[in-house]
Amino acid sequence: MTYSYYPGCTLKTKAKDLDHYGRLCAEALGITLEEIEEWQCCGAVYPLAQDEIATRLSSVRTLMAARDKGQALITLCSACHHVLTRVNNDMASNDNIRTKANNYLQPAVPYAGETRVLHYLQMLKECVGFDELKKKVVKPLTGRKIGAYYGCMILRPANEMAFDDPENPTIIEEFIKALGAEAVVYPMRNECCGGYVTVKDADLAKKRVAKIMHSAKDKGAEELITACPLCLYNLQANAGADAVPVTYITELLAEALGLK
Amino acid sequence: MQRIGVFVCWCGSNIAATVDVDRVVAEAKVQPNVVFAQDYQYMCSEAGQGIIRNAIAEHKLTGVVVCSCSPRMHENTFRKAAERAGLNPYMVEIANIREHCSWIHKDKEEGTEKACVLMRAAVAKVLLNAPLKAGESKVTKRALVIGGGIAGIQTALDIADAGFEVDIVEKRATIGGRMAQLDKTFPTLDCSACILTPKMVEAAANEKVKLYTYSEVESVGGFVGNFHVKIRKKARFVKEDICTGCGACMAKCPSKKGLNEFNMNLNNRPAIYIPFAQAIPNVAVIDPEQCIKLKTGKCGLCEKVCTAGAIDYKQQDEIIEEEYGAIVMATGFQPIDASKFDEYSYSTCPDVVTSLELERLMNAAGPTGGVLLKPSDKTHPKSITFIQCVGSRDVSGRGKCYCSKICCMYTAKHAMLIRDKYPDVEVHVFYIDVRTPGKNFDEFYRRAVEQYDVDYIKGQVGKVYEEDGHLVVQGVDLIANEQIILNTDMVVLATAIEPDPTARKVASMLTASIDTNDFITEAHPKLRPVESPTAGIFLSGVCQGPKDIPETVSQAGAAAAKVIGLLAKDKLLTNPCVSHSNELLCNGCSCCEKVCPYGAIGYEDKLINDHGVRETRRVCVVNEALCQGCGACTVVCPSGAMDLKGFSNKQIMAEVDAICR
Amino acid sequence: MHFDQKETANLITRMSGTDPKKCMKCGKCSASCPSFDEMEYHPHQFVSMVVKGDVERLLASKSITKCLTCFACVQRCPRGVEPANIIEAVRVTTLRQQGTCYLSPDDVPAIVDDQIPQQALVSAFRKYRK
Repeated sequence: MTYSYYPGCTLKTKAKDLDHYGRLCAEALGITLEEIEEWQCCGAVYPLAQDEIATRLSSVRTLMAARDKGQALITLCSACHHVLTRVNNDMASNDNIRTKANNYLQPAVPYAGETRVLHYLQMLKECVGFDELKKKVVKPLTGRKIGAYYGCMILRPANEMAFDDPENPTIIEEFIKALGAEAVVYPMRNECCGGYVTVKDADLAKKRVAKIMHSAKDKGAEELITACPLCLYNLQANAGADAVPVTYITELLAEALGLK
Repeated sequence: MQRIGVFVCWCGSNIAATVDVDRVVAEAKVQPNVVFAQDYQYMCSEAGQGIIRNAIAEHKLTGVVVCSCSPRMHENTFRKAAERAGLNPYMVEIANIREHCSWIHKDKEEGTEKACVLMRAAVAKVLLNAPLKAGESKVTKRALVIGGGIAGIQTALDIADAGFEVDIVEKRATIGGRMAQLDKTFPTLDCSACILTPKMVEAAANEKVKLYTYSEVESVGGFVGNFHVKIRKKARFVKEDICTGCGACMAKCPSKKGLNEFNMNLNNRPAIYIPFAQAIPNVAVIDPEQCIKLKTGKCGLCEKVCTAGAIDYKQQDEIIEEEYGAIVMATGFQPIDASKFDEYSYSTCPDVVTSLELERLMNAAGPTGGVLLKPSDKTHPKSITFIQCVGSRDVSGRGKCYCSKICCMYTAKHAMLIRDKYPDVEVHVFYIDVRTPGKNFDEFYRRAVEQYDVDYIKGQVGKVYEEDGHLVVQGVDLIANEQIILNTDMVVLATAIEPDPTARKVASMLTASIDTNDFITEAHPKLRPVESPTAGIFLSGVCQGPKDIPETVSQAGAAAAKVIGLLAKDKLLTNPCVSHSNELLCNGCSCCEKVCPYGAIGYEDKLINDHGVRETRRVCVVNEALCQGCGACTVVCPSGAMDLKGFSNKQIMAEVDAICR
Repeated sequence: MHFDQKETANLITRMSGTDPKKCMKCGKCSASCPSFDEMEYHPHQFVSMVVKGDVERLLASKSITKCLTCFACVQRCPRGVEPANIIEAVRVTTLRQQGTCYLSPDDVPAIVDDQIPQQALVSAFRKYRK
């Protein structure tokens, strides 16, 4: 199975591990990820203002590139996935945005949200299947107590992201179990880490992370995994006394597949 | 020659303010065949009707047009007035110049012009009217009530009290419904079972009432006065007439993993069980999903211990066919699934319960014997937090757009009962609004606050989670404009109620219309609240909309009164405005049969003399008692054979011509 | 410069793509908000103040820089109001109309460590600077 792949800026710099192990594991699982050529930054935040067109255009270009190859588009970074999914929804269902974006870009074939945008985890579940994945594990992570940290961007708003139950998600827990570890469910796994506000107000992020770490520890998690570089940064840089080690989902996958 | 009279009503200022009635009268006077026209302030008044009657006599009118309000309001009034003056009542036509005209126009010129057009169309139509006579059909003097909760029981008892036979069909193994699961009732705090069980016993003992429990309606045919119903009596695997309800089988049954539905799945029951102590009938039933004997063929312990010999593993579903004159829907409600709102952690924390679960946790016959304990560790809670409006007034797609109406009051009840029995427990209630429009309701709620020190917090809860061995409630206090983080031991969700999932299926069998929330639609929201628009179908209880017990009982009695009114008649007049088929044009294609929503159309092979050619053809026959005159068949008929009396194709074309003139 | 509160409130509403009049004042947005204690005006106040046309105070408030756009309020609102979109529209309005600058590139080296991911900086500039 071949997919278009959008790494995003951070995966080329600070989050190289998320990208590197993501590709390695995909290859090992028989999945081809074809990086979009000359991709641009997705915009990092989804423009909530209805009249912002220009800030949606770089995402539209990426979505269109995947459409032109007839491939579904895979992302790993939660924020990129959020932006691409929602811009894609706009192009499919918002006449105003679709018309203006197409007028601006003047593509050979106008774009109307045809591309399927999938998160790496959804691809694993759909294309490989967690039962199959379990069989491919060479170094089961037996005995490890791992908590999933979902954060906000892949879950909410659920009617747009269509990823999982936004209040009681299970997909990363299924993933952890497939790798042979114990999935620790803790209630703060879908609470915000402090996001970009950390740039100006690290104290706010510290308060958020303290709550998350306390919750994870309270339920017995000994390590956390996440798909988002900004979440990982906040969870590591702003953790207090309750700090629990955090890694990327793809690192854990690579470990279990014997690739790390 | 036809002689038509036109009567233009002012309806006070309702019509006259937007329509120049003088001009409508002047225009009427020059219409072909119109010999008389007059306006009057209130045509529906006795004096107004007098004008119509006198004009019929004086001017020898053969047809009447009344320009007034909707025919739904006063068509009958004017038909009766005409009849009193010796005219066939179906020679009256209404031009609706109020709802269709004055109420929707602001400009008097436009309104007047449209009123004139509507008048012209009605005159053109009445010229083609033919006198019609209503037919008659018989009435089967027996009623069916679908649903054996308090609504169904009360309706059945009231019908039986008037001397008519009535059957209750209840899908569960016992009657009693939701009310049987409640601990106490607001606003008097009397024990629910204490006031319900006498009615259940009465229903069982009344010789006019027949109970079909563990049964479902399979199909419904026929029409008002003459319904034909098939009832599926599901296999209990226990002979109902032999079982003594001793309970020996329950004690011996080795399969004890079945979830106890009566206790909201909070504990388990054996595969053979009697739903609760006061169940009616007091007869066991075997859950085939749990029974080892039925699943594997081995076991049979219950058969061995049953001294009465009531166990019958070979029992099959049984189909019973009955005739009824009237049918009452009393299908009730269920709470919505609270796991749709997992920000409150219902799926993950056992100490987060719904209000109906709390009823069982507080009830002496419940899983804890009436001692309030945390489901997680069976210890005494020190703090309980209630969350109101979980899924009510919710248009996000997760919940229900309506107010569930009963939650404010039962939460006040729960809070008060807990504070009364366990004064050491602190109780918080997060609310958006407290809605108490009922007799003694607000006083009741205030008692919870003033007398029982229940902490009411205006604001909603955002999240409930478990931390450090207790629950944490993160909510908002809108009065203080503060976010609240509250440690608590139990959380009770006032989940919205929704119609029982069977309501949709039953409604479609009865051709009773339902709204977007699956509540059954009443014929008129104010004036016919317990009738369905489908003749002979009546509504009782929450199937029509959220209601508390007193309202349900009142409505149950009202539905019974309507049923009694129907069953007391020996014959019913049928609507003469029904469709009929021209046998010479009918080609037997079945198009009309397929679109008929009432099953009124059938076919028969008939010897037809078509201009001298005699042959046997398959032709359409309309059952006039079933036909409701909707006209779907006349539209779909490819050969123009179907026509509607009182609304013939010719009449409609004449109206269109008059409008375009 | 002429400033019309009502007109600005209408502009904010249009920009947000949501209808704040659907709000039933339950406060679930503020109950869910992780930044509640950092804010002078809370999510439910943003919604009701925009309905009333009382927006000058919102535009001047630091509260607009505290919203994490975590969408908890959007997810949980029973009325489909999307408070985060309203807060964002207020913030965008200050950027457009007043050219506010809550984050300057010159500040960056001093306030961040070398682990900060690019996406944090891009997001912060998108939110805080025109």
